[in-house]
Amino acid sequence: MTDISLPQSQLSRPWISAAAVIVAAGLYSWALLMAEETWQVLSLLVLAVVATGVAIKTGFVRRVERDWAASETRLNRLAFAVLIGLILVLSGSHFALLMISTVLLYFVASLGLNIQFGFTGLVNFAGAAFFGAGAYTAAVLGNVAEIPPLLILLAGGIVAMAISLPLLIPIVRTTGHYAAVVTIAFGVLFRTFLEVNEILGGPQGLMVNSMKLFGWDFFNAPSLGNLEISFYVNYALLAAGLAALVFVLFRRLERSWIGLHMDAVRLDETAAACFGISVKRTKILAFLLGNVILGVSGALYGMMISFIAPASFTFSDSLLLVSIVLLGGLGSPWGGAIAAAIVVLLPEKLQLLQEYRFLLFSILVMLVLLFRPEGILPRHLRNFFPNRRTDA
Amino acid sequence: MDLGLIAQYLANGILLGTMYALVAVGFTLFFGVLDVIKFSHGDVLMLGTFIGFTAWLGLEAIGIVNPWIQLAGVLLCSLAGTALIGAAIANWLILPLKKAPQLNTLLITLMLGTAIREAVRLFYPNGSNPKAFPALLPDASVEIGSFALRADSVILVVSGLGLIGLLNLVINRTRLGLAIRAVAQDEETARTMGINYTLVVLATFAIGSGVAAFAGIMNGLYYNEINFGMGLILGLIGFSAAIIGGLGNLYGAILGGFLFAGLQVIGAALLPFASAYKDVFAFAVVIALMAWKPTGLIPERSSDRV
Repeated sequence: MTDISLPQSQLSRPWISAAAVIVAAGLYSWALLMAEETWQVLSLLVLAVVATGVAIKTGFVRRVERDWAASETRLNRLAFAVLIGLILVLSGSHFALLMISTVLLYFVASLGLNIQFGFTGLVNFAGAAFFGAGAYTAAVLGNVAEIPPLLILLAGGIVAMAISLPLLIPIVRTTGHYAAVVTIAFGVLFRTFLEVNEILGGPQGLMVNSMKLFGWDFFNAPSLGNLEISFYVNYALLAAGLAALVFVLFRRLERSWIGLHMDAVRLDETAAACFGISVKRTKILAFLLGNVILGVSGALYGMMISFIAPASFTFSDSLLLVSIVLLGGLGSPWGGAIAAAIVVLLPEKLQLLQEYRFLLFSILVMLVLLFRPEGILPRHLRNFFPNRRTDA
Repeated sequence: MDLGLIAQYLANGILLGTMYALVAVGFTLFFGVLDVIKFSHGDVLMLGTFIGFTAWLGLEAIGIVNPWIQLAGVLLCSLAGTALIGAAIANWLILPLKKAPQLNTLLITLMLGTAIREAVRLFYPNGSNPKAFPALLPDASVEIGSFALRADSVILVVSGLGLIGLLNLVINRTRLGLAIRAVAQDEETARTMGINYTLVVLATFAIGSGVAAFAGIMNGLYYNEINFGMGLILGLIGFSAAIIGGLGNLYGAILGGFLFAGLQVIGAALLPFASAYKDVFAFAVVIALMAWKPTGLIPERSSDRV
């Protein structure tokens, strides 16, 4: 009986559509991870493509994005809960858990790269090198019994940051292509160094000891009655925790004045400097912070796969990380999560594609750059008034 | 260290330097006309070398065994094929992205390079294994003390330097070169002067790619081996050489190429640690040079406009 029409968001529960998407995504991941026959995987992929197409056409994607922005905390928590639920449901399957953990760690690494690429516009084509630095740190320090393994993760980040220190001067002084050559040269240098260095195992690589937390060796499978549980549950849960932590940090950073400075530096260095933003300081912060995150994820990755070699940290792997960031959309964390899942899961689930994965991704990224340069889930402009509806 | 060994290193360095300069010249030409880095350059080079190799296989199959005719056939096929590929890449991948951010062009060409590399590895018959490239040049050598000057390396260096000289002539003395320089200086003005912009860009990419294919054939003839990964490292080195020399400048590319070869030779010969570290040393110096001269030894002229 009232003629004041309330905004839609106050009428119903606005987050219900987004929550449905999260649950659907969880169910879909479960189905994809459990699918074993090629035709099952293929039909699931077709389903995903069709569903995405329909969602984009009907404007559902935009609605979900809007609702997500409106009640973000609640939905992020729900997503985390669904993830944990997924890990527990799949707790019997080694392979599925390994996949989940790998996706999560690549996601974390992509968040680190996103701080550099997406926020600050700082090119880093040595992502795999910093990731590898973390993994090698885990390998070397893992043999020292006195160091608590949780600290090793941190040490991986610190080492990755430390080896990037000599790059600071060239990174800050150069721009564009000249900056690209610095990181590319570093990536090649790092890999060559690992290959010829006998102490670090040379081309054969190193064994990495597993994670131990509070006296609990992650190599042991947790036992719960007579349920069969894979030891990867440990890693999957830890990786989920790490991903949540870094995600929160990432979002906080984005909203803080530091994130604002980074955006300003990316959009126009000269203008940013005119407004009193220290371009150098912002770039240094983004570069070091991104590398710490890469290193931490690399350290946990090394512990999880328990064997590392220089061949896993090549220029192509750096490119793979960059393609995750780019496919997802620069600066968009959820886009990065989806892209990480695509990049990791697709070749593993379609074994016949395994051999062709680099070819496939390079072509995929080229198509994205040509036809959807903003990525899967583009990051929107900053909105300082999240409750104001501009697109009624 | 005796004189013969030093001469050996020197000869090796000059050969490598010529090869790197030929690759770097391409990067600098592309940057000149379009302000882009075509990172697939190295892999296009590799593809060109494989085209040459296939041409050799074909010539063998139809019974032509004279090495000079074979060499001419290999060079013709390789250079022409690579020039076409270079122009095609410019037309369909690089020109459409002209308005996009520089990073996108860099990435799309990086990805194209990966795609070419993987395609050769997967689809060329037995492509993942190294191929024995034929030794088409005379294998005579002159002994001077302990130093053996190989005839094939002399021919390679002379022809490589000759090609660079020829390129220099084309850029500085012909109408096409004038058009390239005009486009590099100011695209808009060049257009209003009636220069066919697209054609000049395509021609530049064809020339740069052809020159790189020559470097690839050089590499094959000298080491008698080619593989699908050779383009990545040659491209990286050529890019680094073009950058440390200063982009957009032909002499910078040549300087950078020889400088990088010199660094590698010094890293292999003079430094106290194992020669396996020569690339680590060379790339470390590149990074240090970038810190010292952020826009290369012969910097391009640029200014920031807000």
